[in-house]
Amino acid sequence: MGLKRKIQELKKRREEVLRGGDEKAVQKQMAMGKLTARERIVALLDKNSFNEYDLFVEHEARDFDMDKKVLHGDGVIVGTGTIHGRPVAVFAQDFTVAGGSLGLMHSRKITKIMDHALKMRMPLIGINDSGGARIQEGVNSLAGYGEIFFRNTLASGVIPQISVILGPCAGGAVYSPALTDFVFVVDNISKMFITGPEVIKTVLGEEISMEELGGARVHANITGNAHFFAHDEKECFIQIHKLLSFIPWNNEEKPQMIERKPPKRDYKIEDIVPEDPRLPYDVRDVIRAVVDDSDFFEVQEGWARNLVIGFGRMGGRTIGFVANQPLYMAGVLDVDSSDKAASFIRYCDAFNIPLVTFVDLPGYLPGVDQEHAGVIRHGAKVLYAYSEATVPKMTVIIRKAYGGGYIAMSSRHLRADFVFAWPSAEIAVMGPEGAANIIFRKEIKEAADPEKMRKQKVKEYKTKFANPYVAAAKGYIDAVIEPGETRKRLLHAIEVSEKKSVAGPRKKHGLPPF
Amino acid sequence: MKEQKKDKREKQSFYVDGTEYKTYLPEGFEERTAYERPQENVVSAFIPGTIVKVYVKKGQKVRKGDKLLILEAMKMRNQLLAPLDGMVGEVLIKEGERVIKGQPVVFLEREEEKE
Repeated sequence: MGLKRKIQELKKRREEVLRGGDEKAVQKQMAMGKLTARERIVALLDKNSFNEYDLFVEHEARDFDMDKKVLHGDGVIVGTGTIHGRPVAVFAQDFTVAGGSLGLMHSRKITKIMDHALKMRMPLIGINDSGGARIQEGVNSLAGYGEIFFRNTLASGVIPQISVILGPCAGGAVYSPALTDFVFVVDNISKMFITGPEVIKTVLGEEISMEELGGARVHANITGNAHFFAHDEKECFIQIHKLLSFIPWNNEEKPQMIERKPPKRDYKIEDIVPEDPRLPYDVRDVIRAVVDDSDFFEVQEGWARNLVIGFGRMGGRTIGFVANQPLYMAGVLDVDSSDKAASFIRYCDAFNIPLVTFVDLPGYLPGVDQEHAGVIRHGAKVLYAYSEATVPKMTVIIRKAYGGGYIAMSSRHLRADFVFAWPSAEIAVMGPEGAANIIFRKEIKEAADPEKMRKQKVKEYKTKFANPYVAAAKGYIDAVIEPGETRKRLLHAIEVSEKKSVAGPRKKHGLPPF
Repeated sequence: MKEQKKDKREKQSFYVDGTEYKTYLPEGFEERTAYERPQENVVSAFIPGTIVKVYVKKGQKVRKGDKLLILEAMKMRNQLLAPLDGMVGEVLIKEGERVIKGQPVVFLEREEEKE
């Protein structure tokens, strides 16, 4: 009889905490177009799969009258559940409880679930919606952030870490998402910045809104801090589910294979690419023409658009794609696109995802701003990432592969496993115009009609060097293939690379040019 | 799932190594600021802040390393020093004035080469 009463008491206690913040705070949350933390977890996980822990955790703050305050769950909900039937760990900050502010116990709940995720080798999904540090708890809040950052770093490259920004995420708090693999943002809801508009106004006299400073569009299009942009929370959760369908659960597993499907008929690979190397096309259509079901899931779609990265499947296996995008800035490599490519290559390498690279670029972006922004240091990251990667690496040279761009884009020399070139490929030390101007400078200058001579020499150079056969003669490319053969050749290359094994020299860790 | 956004803008000419490419240029690229050669005789605020003290007047001779003024920013009193030997040509700000990053505050005239 005593037990029944105790069960009743448990139920009552649970009910009390499950309410979260007070009515007014919940209504305010809804008015902003936001779901509550609990609703978000339900939307994210498989039905009825959520198991919550640390429900009754209470804060220990004593100063500033904090001892009189009850904060349900201390402003964060943690637990485990499943997505696609597979286990994941989740935390969701509850803005309705003290603004989701991070105090000592709040951070301990998060670090505890992070430790579980790492131990059990399952993905960690963090939903961020917090006003920042709980000032009343002083340095304990900072300690909490630090403990989280440390664990983010420890888990990096072992388990997938996903950050979902569904509210403010300001000050030191931004660095946990920044340390994770993928950041999801939602229009008008996500706000990320180190110093907010008020501080900027007082210190610098510059006026800017939160949205303009660190809204979802800013991070999706300008800073590159976000990997996925959604118009509402529902779309965001669909994107997370889709991402999780492509990636493995930890670094010792391969992504799950699904049934293979042919590409859709709408993408006719031979009709996508114009013959004239100076004319643009959308390289994503080339990717769609070779992947299963023409399903290409692009990452960082809005940022550094001159390079495309993302996931697709070939023969049911997940593949990471890196491709120059001639549609934007002729597909040049620059500071941002180098960073974008390098971090994606390292992600795929860490999680056993083979890489397919499509090459069509005139080289690096010329300009004082680029040189002064450190294009040398940033460009070096691409060389480092490709050289370091030991997953199967396949390269397809579509048209231009000039100069340093040729070397950087997964060339044989950086140990690509298979390098294919279309007959339209131009593999040369630089573009025909530039090369002819240098090599035949004297002839052009001394000719009766220099412009005519220049054109003639460009043509000569083009015929002789702007093709794939010079590189093929040296074995730098493995095969010149018809565009229509691309999928077949890649499928085979991926299949024979299944058991690829290479070992480099032993080291503590390399020194990529951060 | 996602609709492909069609870019309605005109494709533009873009030159790399003497070759003209037709392509879209993102806003960030089009709005980039042109490079300007820094002028050694113009002393500028390296950080936004407030000028709290001015040590020099127009016509005053200064040696390289002399204190020109104090720029308070980020709770720090930063000294701005003369980058060369010369004369103060113009003081462009007053004590108490707020300045933005890169704003010129003092013009110097380089000392003439002595015979």
